[in-house]
Amino acid sequence: MARSVTTQQKAINTALAWAVGLLIFFPILWTILTSFKTEGQAISDPPVFLFFDWTLENYRVVQERSNYTNFLWNSIFISVGSTLLGLLVAIPAAWSMAFTPSKRTKDILMWMLSTKMLPAVGVLYPIYIGAAKMGLLDSRTALVIVIMLINLPIIIWMLYTYFREIPGEILEAARMDGASLKEEIVYILTPMAVPGIASTLLLNIILAWNEAFWTINLTVTKAAPLTAFIASYSSPEGLFYAKLSAASTMAIAPILIMGWFSQKQLVRGLTFGAVK
Amino acid sequence: MGRITLDKVTKRFGDVEVIPPLDLTIEDGEFVVFVGPSGCGKSTLLRLIAGLEDVSGGQIRIDGQDATELPPAKRGLAMVFQSYALYPHMTVRKNIAFPLKMAKMDQAEIDKRVNNAASVLNLTNYLDRRPGQLSGGQRQRVAIGRSIVREPAAFLFDEPLSNLDAALRVGMRLEISELHKRLETTMIYVTHDQVEAMTMADKIVVLQAGVIEQVGSPLELYKSPKNKFVAGFIGSPKMNFIEGQEAAKYDAHTIGIRPEHLAASATEGAWKGTVGVSEHLGSDTFLYVHDTGLGEALTVRVSGEFNLRHGDTVYLTPEADKIHRFNAEGLSI
Repeated sequence: MARSVTTQQKAINTALAWAVGLLIFFPILWTILTSFKTEGQAISDPPVFLFFDWTLENYRVVQERSNYTNFLWNSIFISVGSTLLGLLVAIPAAWSMAFTPSKRTKDILMWMLSTKMLPAVGVLYPIYIGAAKMGLLDSRTALVIVIMLINLPIIIWMLYTYFREIPGEILEAARMDGASLKEEIVYILTPMAVPGIASTLLLNIILAWNEAFWTINLTVTKAAPLTAFIASYSSPEGLFYAKLSAASTMAIAPILIMGWFSQKQLVRGLTFGAVK
Repeated sequence: MGRITLDKVTKRFGDVEVIPPLDLTIEDGEFVVFVGPSGCGKSTLLRLIAGLEDVSGGQIRIDGQDATELPPAKRGLAMVFQSYALYPHMTVRKNIAFPLKMAKMDQAEIDKRVNNAASVLNLTNYLDRRPGQLSGGQRQRVAIGRSIVREPAAFLFDEPLSNLDAALRVGMRLEISELHKRLETTMIYVTHDQVEAMTMADKIVVLQAGVIEQVGSPLELYKSPKNKFVAGFIGSPKMNFIEGQEAAKYDAHTIGIRPEHLAASATEGAWKGTVGVSEHLGSDTFLYVHDTGLGEALTVRVSGEFNLRHGDTVYLTPEADKIHRFNAEGLSI
């Protein structure tokens, strides 16, 4: 029997949902609001919420002091680059695990996932020294490779789950219909997996964009992405909340906008396989 | 042409031999049904013929040519899957055209053949839809359409009707039989449903645990089953088996008598029993008769008007010339 929901209950549920949503969104909202305040208003006690003198001064200062577009370009290069490189490695890996699994496939998947449990700082020294010896410190190439490796288990897992949903009989039907392995991949597998590949791509761009440990530790200025850009506004010169907020807003805006437009794909990607 | 010969074909999964060496010949144009309980290896056998599984030993010949090592596409066979296995991202037209496209046929010929298949299968109005927008029966027809356009040497059907509801199943059964009459192409059909096997087949292959128990026409299997397994599997309701003293009278370890070969009477007969459940189908009634002293309950098929009730006494008499006799090994004597 379906549970009946009265109008009143519906209203309460809606209000609750909005409350939780706002609670989660509040820090971001506060950051955005603060970015439009003066430094004085930013730290005023009691805090001002909406009624202050809105100013774009912080953005002007931030833009003047650091080259935003340079950071932005690095962020795009690193997140897109590492994701594409990751897909290149992960697609064949996931194909073979999904369609020709061996006895150890499950173990390999679990082992890959277990590497995500390792605290990143545990391998900071070897990776840092390795990068230094190869002259790759503060280079986008190093970050693309490192971040690709960090996210690879997730990419493979997501694709594996997607590919597993493609019924083997359909591939067998294609084989009976005379398709070669190449034709099978081009005409049947790939079109059916496109939604999965797309949401994996989106999610990993976001993960790579937000990655702050390696991007900050392995860069100085040349290859520094937006995470390093935000960090540069925190401690060294004392806390300038308004400017820090402006920098943060500028850093998260692109990915927030991308996320907004690809909501449907993302939700599908994250819940895929959960509900049949 | 579509003559398929299996010569000592064997299949092992690891150490498990699911199909011990097996010989079988399927003549050109025959409608052959593989039937048996689930797990008897009938689908595996079909997949070996299709080339979707590699044989572990023996040889498969199609029209005299050794096809054992050929990939599925090179065998000239078409297959209809249990799940239909349609390509969900393609329209019906593209689904049906896919094998022709793979064969690099020219577009005019593809269109001609697709339209022809669509009209044969009543799919003309659905050609631009996707499989997701079709009913189960229509999807099944698309799957059949995809297999007939290529004009294969033989069709392989893997339990194609098991996902359909009862009414549609009967309809599709007729359509497939009709198709076979018209195309006169070899068809190999796998099912666990002995009714489908009886109604459609020219030749039935009864399998158990990867072993062929008997090969023959539906009536041959019905009239002279080689052993108890075939006797019990073919025919509905199931044959009654009686052991012990009563069987000894017929000089057998076990005797078998089909429900339709038992006469029931309220007054006199060979065996006395009590009516249990009776199932009224309208045309017939199936009585389950208990307490006959012959072991398990006996099933009896009587006319629809037969009016004995639960708990009434009933007398049963077997038709003497319809009794099947089996020895201790379960083989017919």
